[in-house]
Amino acid sequence: MTVVVTGMGVVAPTGLGLDRYWAATLRGESGIRRIRAFDPTRYPTRHAGEVTGFEPADHLPGRLVPQTDRMTQFALAAADWALADAAVDLDAIPALDRGVVTAGASGGFGFGQRELQHLWGESPKKVSAYMSFAWFYAVNTGQISIRHGLSGPTSVYVGEQAGGLDALAHARRQVRSGTRLMLSGGTDCSLCPYGMAAQLAGGRLSPGAYRPFDDRASGHLPGEGGAMLVLESAGHARDRGRHPYGEIAGFGSTFDPRPGSGRPPNLRRAVEQALADAGTEPGEIALVLADGAGRPEADAAEAAVLTEVFGPRGVPVTVPKTGTGRLYSGAGPLDVVTALLALRDGLAPPTTYVDRVPEAYGLDLVTNRPRPLTGTAALVLARGHHGFNSALVVRSADRAVAAGAAA
Amino acid sequence: MTRRVAITGIGVIAPGGIGTKQFWDTLTAGRTATRTISLFDPAPFRSRIAAECDFDPLEHGLVGEHVEQLDRAAQFALAALREALGDSGHATDPAQAHRTGVSLGSAVGCTQKLEQEYLALSGGGKEWLVDHTAAGSRLYDQFVPSSMAAELAWAAGAEGSCTVVSAGCTSGLDSIGHAAALIREGSADVMIAGATDAPISPITVACFDAIRATSPRNDDPATALRPFDRTRNGFVLGEGAAVLVLEELTAARRRGARVHAEIAGYASHGNAYHMTGLRPDGRELAAAVTDALAEARLPADALGYVNAHGTATRQNDVHETAALKRALGSHAARVPVSSIKSMIGHSLGAIGSIEVAATALALSLGVIPPTANLHHPDPELDLDYVPLHARETRTDAALTVGSGFGGFQSAMVLRLPEGRTA
Repeated sequence: MTVVVTGMGVVAPTGLGLDRYWAATLRGESGIRRIRAFDPTRYPTRHAGEVTGFEPADHLPGRLVPQTDRMTQFALAAADWALADAAVDLDAIPALDRGVVTAGASGGFGFGQRELQHLWGESPKKVSAYMSFAWFYAVNTGQISIRHGLSGPTSVYVGEQAGGLDALAHARRQVRSGTRLMLSGGTDCSLCPYGMAAQLAGGRLSPGAYRPFDDRASGHLPGEGGAMLVLESAGHARDRGRHPYGEIAGFGSTFDPRPGSGRPPNLRRAVEQALADAGTEPGEIALVLADGAGRPEADAAEAAVLTEVFGPRGVPVTVPKTGTGRLYSGAGPLDVVTALLALRDGLAPPTTYVDRVPEAYGLDLVTNRPRPLTGTAALVLARGHHGFNSALVVRSADRAVAAGAAA
Repeated sequence: MTRRVAITGIGVIAPGGIGTKQFWDTLTAGRTATRTISLFDPAPFRSRIAAECDFDPLEHGLVGEHVEQLDRAAQFALAALREALGDSGHATDPAQAHRTGVSLGSAVGCTQKLEQEYLALSGGGKEWLVDHTAAGSRLYDQFVPSSMAAELAWAAGAEGSCTVVSAGCTSGLDSIGHAAALIREGSADVMIAGATDAPISPITVACFDAIRATSPRNDDPATALRPFDRTRNGFVLGEGAAVLVLEELTAARRRGARVHAEIAGYASHGNAYHMTGLRPDGRELAAAVTDALAEARLPADALGYVNAHGTATRQNDVHETAALKRALGSHAARVPVSSIKSMIGHSLGAIGSIEVAATALALSLGVIPPTANLHHPDPELDLDYVPLHARETRTDAALTVGSGFGGFQSAMVLRLPEGRTA
């Protein structure tokens, strides 16, 4: 069964809403700036991709505002927009036949820090009655399910930066099993002091800029936001007259051996699984949205996989997340959105901040300006810290529509 | 040919005794492990009781580095993995490492370490702009609970799909359900699947105090958790882990593995109602049961046992009883239903996997564990809740259910495969 994307909602540092995000991304704009969520002066990393102009009360019922972390407010807004974009009449679908699966990485960490401070800085009685469900990893699925009456399959996947693609793969599995509609994706926000301290302890944040594949690469900058997508079968989309953005065509997921074990890493295997699952060959892939860790060793490893699979400079590669920072569970879903729009418009958005790519990487990185594309499929890669590798292939709408007509 | 999923290894870390044998002894004796909290001073809290594990990591294969650096939840998971692998006899062939995956459930991840680190970085809760230079080197690992799945994968030599499933209090059912789906669809041949949680920490206790979900029966901790009893007054926090080795059934048989039970069906639905509330009619939990039975291709009356969610809150007892009646029809009145939480507490995400382990053992060993502390049945609830004493009952199929914050409702059907009777 062909599973297609019929709606997308985006909350990103480069734009609120799909159209603004896409226009800014094509222009290579950046949402990276000095952090305003808290005073970052004492920390060695002071920049991040922050969402601007997002007033929670504009996007969700007033009573939900104090009950939710910022990442949940993003998730609720993105879910609303994705459903509106899909123009779906939810009432026409039985409640048990519409579900939601999201990804999380670190939960509602800002909410958590505030309540820890209430507990330890004040007293147990100061802890919010909402804490029990506002910070945990499952909250976004729960809140979206309640807001839209989604009583179908529900779940939550956590795999650091890779988890967002895992969630989409699971949503596809549910549609294939007969669920009419799945909302899926991820949003994250850990821009609070304790979240910054935790990320600094990980040793992978940059003290300056986020420049994956650049010879100045020195780590990444975090960001906030993500995307939610509406998935349904090509047949159902056609029956209700919706032209889909494209198809979730293939998925692969592997895990790396323990560092120092001497065994090879497994990103390449994840890519090969995704291509095989999509029934495609490397030659059909018109664009790769790379993970782009922004550390020389990790960049070299990813570049090596891409040259092994596609040949040296064998496929255009881009990392638009240079403009948003790494969004953790939000990154994979947002890259899938970007990939589908790139195929739709025949334009690959550029990687910003990067213009010194070592020759040895053998990468054809799209920089400076968008580049015309021809082709019907794109590959999205996401790696989670500790060794999670996920790869997802999307196909353009025309191919997906043809498959729906044949179904 | 349809691929089926066998449980070939079980490891359990639970209150009342560490290891699967001690766990089963606790359950079948109807012994409770709830007590006054000893992990920290509970004096400032409304509910000061919990079911704690007397766990010495060094006795269970962990080394000093683990003990110092890993959250207690990760330590539980590693210890349970070690027992499960030993029980199963499975050893990952390095050439097939990519066919072995990990699916670990956890509701609250590395909460204890996150709270301890927070105290160190914030000057005991005074500083909003915490001092990052005071952080331990593993703080990032605790920030992302996926690090726990990584530890399991490294320990098991697994290089296939690896994930943490975190759906609150159904995490432990959903992680095993996910793992079974991967084996069934052919994405993996072997899955390390289970769940872990170590939530007995001040912040978690304070959370549940704030919504009065936990029992304040501080003067009688041993009988505090009373599912289906009219004197119930909330749940008691627990902690622990269960890890299973799941294998494709034909391959498991080919290598001569002992099969405890088969994962025959699983489903999960959201109640789309309330983050902490339950609709009294149990509609979505009933749908999960119906879907799990359909996947198992079993009629309701094939079930000889139901392992209940049984948290000892009134709304759960009513919701769950209604859901079972709705899904099982007249068979609901006949099938024994018990809550092992009455003995080992509610370990949030971990409990779902611990309950799958208990359900597999009930099938495999032919004993149904009781609901402890059930002396005053709630007159509004009319199922057979197996009060106080275990029952020897041979049965081929059983159901375990879970329900949690966020509206998650999950159900799993286990059965003994052909040629394997209790």
